[in-house]
Amino acid sequence: MVPYAGWDMPVEYSGISNEHLAVRSRAGVFDVSHMGEIEIAGKNALAAVQLISSNDASLLQTGQAHYAALTTPDGTFVDDMLVYRMATSHFMLVVNAANTEKAFAWISEQIKTIGDVAAINSSNRYALIAVQGPAAREVLQPLTGVDLADIGYYRFGYGEVAAARATISRTGYTGEDGFEIFVPPNVADRVWQAILDSGRSADVIPCGLGARDTLRLEAAMRLYGNDIDETTTVLEAGLGWTIGWKKGAFIGRDRLLEQKERGTSRKLAGFEMIDRAIARQGYPVLSGGRQVGMVTSGTQTPFLKKAIGMAYVPTELHAVGAEIDIDVRGRVSKARIVTLPFYSRS
Amino acid sequence: MAYPADLKYTKDHEWMRVSSDVAEVGITDYAQEQLGDVVFVELPDVGRRVNAGEAFGSIESVKAVSELFAPAAGEIIEVNPALKDHPETINTKPHETWMVRMRLADPGAIGALLDSAAYEKLISVS
Repeated sequence: MVPYAGWDMPVEYSGISNEHLAVRSRAGVFDVSHMGEIEIAGKNALAAVQLISSNDASLLQTGQAHYAALTTPDGTFVDDMLVYRMATSHFMLVVNAANTEKAFAWISEQIKTIGDVAAINSSNRYALIAVQGPAAREVLQPLTGVDLADIGYYRFGYGEVAAARATISRTGYTGEDGFEIFVPPNVADRVWQAILDSGRSADVIPCGLGARDTLRLEAAMRLYGNDIDETTTVLEAGLGWTIGWKKGAFIGRDRLLEQKERGTSRKLAGFEMIDRAIARQGYPVLSGGRQVGMVTSGTQTPFLKKAIGMAYVPTELHAVGAEIDIDVRGRVSKARIVTLPFYSRS
Repeated sequence: MAYPADLKYTKDHEWMRVSSDVAEVGITDYAQEQLGDVVFVELPDVGRRVNAGEAFGSIESVKAVSELFAPAAGEIIEVNPALKDHPETINTKPHETWMVRMRLADPGAIGALLDSAAYEKLISVS
């Protein structure tokens, strides 16, 4: 167990590789109750979300979610988040544990002038259990009356899971099909156990933070604090697809538009090591012996069995096939820029 | 897992199996458990002379990298070629999987290392 944003979190249960491979081949279960939930409701809820989020929430139907940046005026990240449309004028933002207080304070401040809208930090009302992997649906289906086949990707529905009132979302942070289930904390134990029991015959296992990190990296999902933060813009992070340019004003739009027109001087790139070495967070990217960038995430991944990572590099080096040098604890090691994501399910 | 009595141990969680002036060096079961899945081992070049306690390589798991320290002074005479493709044997057979063989500069000095009972005591309090 390690302390993580005020929570005690398991890094691994049966080994990171074992857990990682279980999710790619069968399914794994994650307790991600540490994630924060912020709800925005009221007549002007849509206007409030449109102001603070990079994405266009008017495109969301009730029962649908999307990924977005909670932007600063500089077009950088207060946090990244999933935006759920619970009802026409009710949204739920799922934010990072370490950022929940900061994001909530930020949002409350920004929406003050809008009127007829309230934001509440409802993180304590939800435990969150993720079931991820190709077998996720068959493991979960016997526990609920909701036909899970009816819940499309990035959609969610309501029902009971193991007799607990639940919001069932077809989302995840692993690159696999799967579900994230919001339940009241007092029944989370029971739901967790019921899912593991249901998955026992399919060899579904509990997974910790370690596998969550290696899985999301293979899928090239950004991690706040590593790949994105208040110093990196949405465009530099390669997340321009989360920007709803057509919706009009939102915090940071002007700076992002300027950057879009002028071009960014650096960009987040995916790389694979050519030399035998593992490049990890914080290692310098070199060009001509000079530091020009930095690795933000990197490991040897259990499924692809390669040393991969992401790094900010100058835009001129951001070309698939280009070679970069990385200072791996004093040894210069070669890597090649590759297309993201490293892994996508077929 | 039991800690074999024929090995000598260090506080850095390495072991040596000594026969006359040649020692095999590996990491302990406790060390591999702390590291998790080992995916990469970087070892010194054959012929390199190292001092006791000198960092002479690194061992990487999925989650972290750790330095390897020479448990005694001497010259590296062989590195385990099997580790290049199968570093995971460090997890599965930690006390049989040697990483380097070294010729000890002073075979008498290994008496200062821990025996299995002392090592088990060390890890029981950490």
